[in-house]
Amino acid sequence: MADFETPALKPYPEIPPIEIGVMAHSKPFVAKEDHQQKIGFPGELIDNWQQVAIDKMGELVDNSRGLRVFLDSCVKCGACTDKCHYYLGTSDPNNMPVARQDLFRSVYRRYFTLAGKYFPALVGARDLDQGVLDEWYSYFHQCSQCRRCSVYCPYGIDTAEISMAAREIMDTVGVGQKYCNEIIGKAQTIGNNLGLPEPALADTLEGLEEDIEDETGVTVRMPLDEKGADVLLVTPSADFFAEPHVDGLIGYAKVFHQAGLSWTLSSYASEAANFGMFIGSYDNMQKLALRVREAALELGVKRIVFGECGHAWRVAYSFLNTLAGPFDFLDPNYPIPQHVCEVTYDLIQRNALKLDPSANDDMVLTFHDSCNVSRGSRMGNFEGGQFVIPRAVIKASCNNFYDMPSDTIGEATFCCGGGGGLLTDDLVELRVKGSLPRMEALKQVVDDHGVTHMAAICAICKSQFSKVLPYYGFEMDQVVSVHQLVSNAIVLGNEH
Amino acid sequence: MSLLTIAFTLLFYFATATLLAGLAYRIRLYAVTPAPLRIPTTPAPITRSGVARRMFFEVTLFNSLFKSNKWIWLFGWVFHAALLFVLLRHLRYFTDPVWSWVNLIQPIGKYAAFAMVAGLAGLWARRLLVDRVRYISSPSDHLMLALLIGIGLTGLGMSYVAHTDIVAVKAFFLGLMYFDWQPMPADPLLVLHLLMVALLMIIFPFSKLLHAPGVFFSPTRNQVDNPREKRHMPTRETAATESAG
Repeated sequence: MADFETPALKPYPEIPPIEIGVMAHSKPFVAKEDHQQKIGFPGELIDNWQQVAIDKMGELVDNSRGLRVFLDSCVKCGACTDKCHYYLGTSDPNNMPVARQDLFRSVYRRYFTLAGKYFPALVGARDLDQGVLDEWYSYFHQCSQCRRCSVYCPYGIDTAEISMAAREIMDTVGVGQKYCNEIIGKAQTIGNNLGLPEPALADTLEGLEEDIEDETGVTVRMPLDEKGADVLLVTPSADFFAEPHVDGLIGYAKVFHQAGLSWTLSSYASEAANFGMFIGSYDNMQKLALRVREAALELGVKRIVFGECGHAWRVAYSFLNTLAGPFDFLDPNYPIPQHVCEVTYDLIQRNALKLDPSANDDMVLTFHDSCNVSRGSRMGNFEGGQFVIPRAVIKASCNNFYDMPSDTIGEATFCCGGGGGLLTDDLVELRVKGSLPRMEALKQVVDDHGVTHMAAICAICKSQFSKVLPYYGFEMDQVVSVHQLVSNAIVLGNEH
Repeated sequence: MSLLTIAFTLLFYFATATLLAGLAYRIRLYAVTPAPLRIPTTPAPITRSGVARRMFFEVTLFNSLFKSNKWIWLFGWVFHAALLFVLLRHLRYFTDPVWSWVNLIQPIGKYAAFAMVAGLAGLWARRLLVDRVRYISSPSDHLMLALLIGIGLTGLGMSYVAHTDIVAVKAFFLGLMYFDWQPMPADPLLVLHLLMVALLMIIFPFSKLLHAPGVFFSPTRNQVDNPREKRHMPTRETAATESAG
């Protein structure tokens, strides 16, 4: 399928011995001049880039307590060295979280610490030169910002923060990543990552309404830009056309229909994912977040609900209030914003939905906890609700469910291998290898419990698994949306 | 006064000033640097008291490290716990009369020194033997362990092999504290021990030892998980109160 070898699935996960430099060749396409300029960055590597990069580093450290503490505090204990899925899948030591951080920290030490200024060799400090920049470009695009390392670090050092800072510095000197930056430009002008304009969106939704009616005989609406609706649904644009995402969207629509909620999508804010986070750009992230606020005001809604999208939910849950708040114009009786799983869960708790789990009896399910939902956000009003609520929704919708091994789910979950702005074909080798730990865990429940399908609540996870499952001998349609299960199980009609 | 006494008197004033001023500068920097966004590693406590509990267990039991790797946890925790007792035991050289609880832990402190060196040796063995940890180690990481083990071994040497005149040592340090300078015993083990301790104090605020104050300011550990309920709007001015664990 490609010019690399898919790792073998071992019966028990192993920590591989290091193989220096084996992934140094992995680099995503560089952003073109217009992609860069559209989102406020220089079109190509600027002349005095070293100085600009160092100044930017100083500015970032000065304005982020996390970054400052993380750069100072690492004692190189090694606790994180076997925690990254990219290290486990590639054996490249620069994919160990601490080594990845050190690509950045070595430069920080050289220019910002006494020890690094006077004794660089002693403390591993390095000048920022072209070689270092190349290493940054390669290895900071081998981090999916999944935060698994931060769970295990005794000081909570989060490599995601350092990757974001490195990408921001690279963008500032004119070396951006094509995939992310092109998409951010599209989302900021057209409203979604795919660049679907309003007429195409309206057409798609109409087609979906017809499909539902053909299949169920019930008219379930998919409203777009309807002023005065109560709920604004913001969902990843992949939900509009990709499989299995679209089956999830149909599920949300059926839930809203059955609950009698008036809702709408917005063509202006037709994207939940916020790629501004991936490149560590506060300004770009804020611009995208503000579109959600503007759409909510324009449409006069009372609530904002987010669809199944991991990184989107982290930005929505953790950052939206800061970036685009205050949301005092929304109904305070509902969480602002709310996850669609929270909506469905509440309805199930109140017996307001009729679900027939036998509708999913052709499947034996497991659940992939998405990294950014698990370690960067929450659902519900209790600690760990992000693990309980999606499982409760799944279990209410099907009869056969088994969890994967406990050290691969919950807060210990492995990234799908395509998060953090890496879901692009120019990084396929990395994506396949990085999914190894998840594939091994899946294999285990397939063998032990006859699991046939893995449910997910993230557009990136769904796309990534559709792509990589076949490399490991699975079928691409073995990944399903959580609300696809709800969609199958929900009993439409007026019995309530 | 001997040259040695003058040198060590000056050295310890310099080391103490560097340690205190360096740490104060660094801690102030951590305190006033804003955290632009809410980034606790979730699941995280949803109340302030919950965060206090999380931090307490993090710094006393090294919870996250325990989840990560039992060997590093064992060696690291034994080293730190033993170091605590060893340090407390050393209060006897700085107080007169010696506080009663310091006398009480004196026997534990004496044996803790063995545990401390054993823990450090375990950590160093991992740094040398595990390929991943060897790869991430700089010369300074090895030297830091050498320095700490050196301090431990010279200390143990004075306790169990070649006793030094601890009455004179105590007089020397009390003299430093009350600006009534006293001679320092010219015992080679003691000179070595104190030299290394002073060096450790001096490099503390410029090295990875900053993890000690750093952990309290780590936003992934000290932030409350309530961004939907409470709008997080940090500025340089509010950062100090927000970061107060």
